[in-house]
Formats: sequence, C-alpha cells, structure tokens
Amino acid sequence: MNPLSLLFHFGKFVDWQRQIYRRPENFRMYYKELVRQMFDIGLGSLPIIFLISIFLGAVTVTQFYYQMDGQFIPNSFIGYIVRDMMIIELSPTFSCIILAGKVGSNMAAEIGGMRQKEHIDAMDIMGVNTSAYLVMPKVLAALMMIPLLVTVSAFVGIAGGYLASVPVGLFTHNDYVTGLRLFFEPHNIFIMFVKAATFAIILTSVSCYQGYFVKGGSIELGEASTRAVVYSIILILVADYIIALILT
Amino acid sequence: MIRAENIKKSFGDQEVLKGVDFTFEAGKTNLIIGRSGAGKTVLLKILVGLFAPSGGRVWYNDRDLSSLSKQQVRELRMEVGMLFQGNALFDSMTIEENIRFPMDMFTKMSYKDKQSRVDEVLERVSMEGINKKFSSEISGGMQKRVGIARSIVLNPKYLFCDEPNSGLDPKTSITIDELISNITDDNNITTIINTHDMNSVMEIGENICLLHQGKLAWQGNKDQVLQSDSEELHNFIFASPFLQKLVDRVGAKNI
Repeated sequence: MNPLSLLFHFGKFVDWQRQIYRRPENFRMYYKELVRQMFDIGLGSLPIIFLISIFLGAVTVTQFYYQMDGQFIPNSFIGYIVRDMMIIELSPTFSCIILAGKVGSNMAAEIGGMRQKEHIDAMDIMGVNTSAYLVMPKVLAALMMIPLLVTVSAFVGIAGGYLASVPVGLFTHNDYVTGLRLFFEPHNIFIMFVKAATFAIILTSVSCYQGYFVKGGSIELGEASTRAVVYSIILILVADYIIALILT
Repeated sequence: MIRAENIKKSFGDQEVLKGVDFTFEAGKTNLIIGRSGAGKTVLLKILVGLFAPSGGRVWYNDRDLSSLSKQQVRELRMEVGMLFQGNALFDSMTIEENIRFPMDMFTKMSYKDKQSRVDEVLERVSMEGINKKFSSEISGGMQKRVGIARSIVLNPKYLFCDEPNSGLDPKTSITIDELISNITDDNNITTIINTHDMNSVMEIGENICLLHQGKLAWQGNKDQVLQSDSEELHNFIFASPFLQKLVDRVGAKNI
C-alpha cells in the first residue's frame, strides 16, 4: 500500500468513526445485537483461547527451565517468569492476535457479505445508521469480552505451566507456587487490561472497516478478510510496543 | 413527485448517466426501462440516495436530496420503501423478523401490534403462514413478495423496485407486477420500477422513461409505446430474436 493510499484510508477510517459513535435509533435493538456479539466473541472464542493459553504456559516453562538449567537461579523463579510473561505479554498480545484471525476475519466477512448482498443498502434505505448498528455493538462487545478472555488466558497459561513442569518432575509444586507469589506487581494487571482493551478496539474497528467498505465479489471479500487480519495484527504489535513504552 | 434534474454520473472515466431530466409522477407507477448497461440501476440508486450524482439534483417535491443533512436523509428514508433486485432479505432472520425489523427499529408499537401488522402485510402479498420460515426456505417469487411486504410495512410514500421480475417465470412476473400496481393504487404511493421486462411496460407503465446509453431516449405511457416512432424504443421493444423474426415477417406497423 502506497503512503497516499494509506493516508486516504486513515482519513476515511477516522471520519467513519464519527458515524459509528452516535446515539442509537433504538436502544433495545442495539442491546439485542450487543448480547449476540458478546456471546459470539466471548463464548465462541473460549475454546481456542483455552487451548493456545495452556500451550503458551507449557512452552514458556519448558524453555525457561532449559535455559536456566545448571545456573545458580532458584527453580521458583520460573513460576515468577511464567506469571509475568503471561500477564504482561503473552495473554493479551497472543490472544488478540489469535482473535484477530478468528473474530476479525469473521466480522469482515459478515459485514462484507451484507454489503454484497445489499443488506446494508436495505438498512440504509430504511433509515438505519448502518455504521452504528453494525459496528458499535461489535466494538462494545469486544471491549467487554476480550479483557475477560485475556484474564482467562493468563490463568490457564499459568496452569499450563504448572501441568508441564510439576507432574513431569521438572521441579516441585512448592517451587512453582512460591514463584507465582514472588514480586507480584498489581500494575502489571493494569497493563494487561489496557492492552486487552486497546487491542479489542483495534481488531474490531479495523475488521469492520474492511468489511463495510468492501467492493466487488467473492475474491474481493476474501481479500478484505485477509487485510482485516493482517492490518489488525500489525496494528496490535505497534500498539503493544507503544503501551510497553508508556506503561513500563 | 420525484424529479431528476440533469442527473450525471461517472465511475472513473466511464460516463454512465449523461444528464437525465425526468419527473416521476405522484401516485403513479413510473418505469425506468432500457437495456442492460443503460444506467437504470444507477439512476434508481441516485434517486433513492444510495449513490451521489456527479452532477444534477434530485427533488422530492420541494426537498433537494443533495442539500439535506444525513439526519434529514434518514428522516426522508422513513418515507421510502425499496425492493432490491436480490431481495436483500436478512438471511439470519425469519420472514416475520425481516418484516418486523423496520418496526422494531423505528416504532414504539407493542409486540402484538407489530405481529398483527406483519400478518396484515403478508396477507396483502398473499404469503400468509410463512412467518417462521427463513428466506432460504422459500422460492424466488415468494422472496420477492416478502421483500415487497417489508418495503411497505411502514406505509411509505415512495416505493422503489429494482428489477422486480428478474429471475422469475413470466406468470409469476405478471403477478408481481399486478401486486405492485395494486399497492400503488390502493395506498396512493409513488412507485418507481426499474425493469427491462416488456410485459411490465405494457401492463403497468403509467409513466415511462427509456434510458439509452445514459440519456433519456423516450418518455410516455403504456398506451403511447406502440404508437411511438422512436428508434431507440423500437430497438428496445423488438430486442428479442422471436419478436425480431415476427417483425421481419409481418412488418412493425402490422404488429
């Protein structure tokens, strides 16, 4: 994408946000859509978040144990490292990258499909503010559900670390639990939630933008869905770095 | 009354509409006809405000569509119903939810009243008893009827239909035409239909606008069609190979 095109899309995206955050025509209809989206994003993503988190925790423990083996560092430090790795970085960032692929592509395809089948035009003709009705509930649902999913991911990741180490005899239950209690900083939880909320806004807004303004047929819809995932991931990583600079 | 005033529209270098002036009369069935690519759908979408014209204005009585704010356009659209070429029924909703959607969104009617209005419009289009079905479970002709039912549920003043006969057999097409014409007369709606179906032209065309290569080529009503000397109109009417052979055999004036 050339810089001019990037600038054009950035301007269009910012201008479009003004259409999204308007007073709903009917709160009950928006609420109904919000609940549907919360269900899709939250419960629908729980299995995949559970699965990746357990392996993230397990791999982190295994690799750190390998790197620290034979050095004069207590085994309990591995529990401490896993806890903070999961809370500060792996759970928010990795989970949201996975969600960009699952939820983001789904949103782009859903809205893009509605555009192609003239559903959005039909709603426009009825007088519905389609930007608001189709996007606002998705962003709000993601803002509520993704921090919860990230919290679950952190817990499951830490549990995954435990399962990959204690039962197989890498170190003891006491080592791991002691490590989990070492140097705990509540500020890290704050960082996790800031990241989760920021990434939630990025992945829903970018994906909905790609779907809403799709033109052409099924090939273009596929391309829009791919762009939604790729741009969301890039922006999540950039935001991750900026938040790390500001909050640590 | 809706008036198109010197409407122009280009997509990149391609000039689709080259200055169309036409008045769509109130309370009548107005038709936009022409071959594929003549600019019918683009004109219809400009009239309804889905496309912005490159030049010219659209007037709804004394309201200039281009000078209205987004909020005013939304308010105007409460007076508009539209049947899309592909019906645009929301496939995740049942038929009843599709028809109820505009009422759910914009009215404070009780659930019971909305249900009874759904039943009323479904009866109006002869589609009783399909409330709980999904659009994928009914035929194309039935979907058209449901599309019409949804477009009239809020009692619009203007009804737009984009190719209501596309994909339908001749008999179902006639039924749909009659239905739209009856609704127009009964409710005193201004209806604008975009079609290339000659049966529609001859049966329901009270005010017809023929587009040819982005320009207004002929205007009149169904009674004037066969009397016209317009070459573009003749080319449009006798476009089918069957009619062309008939013309060759007996001569256009004898038909």
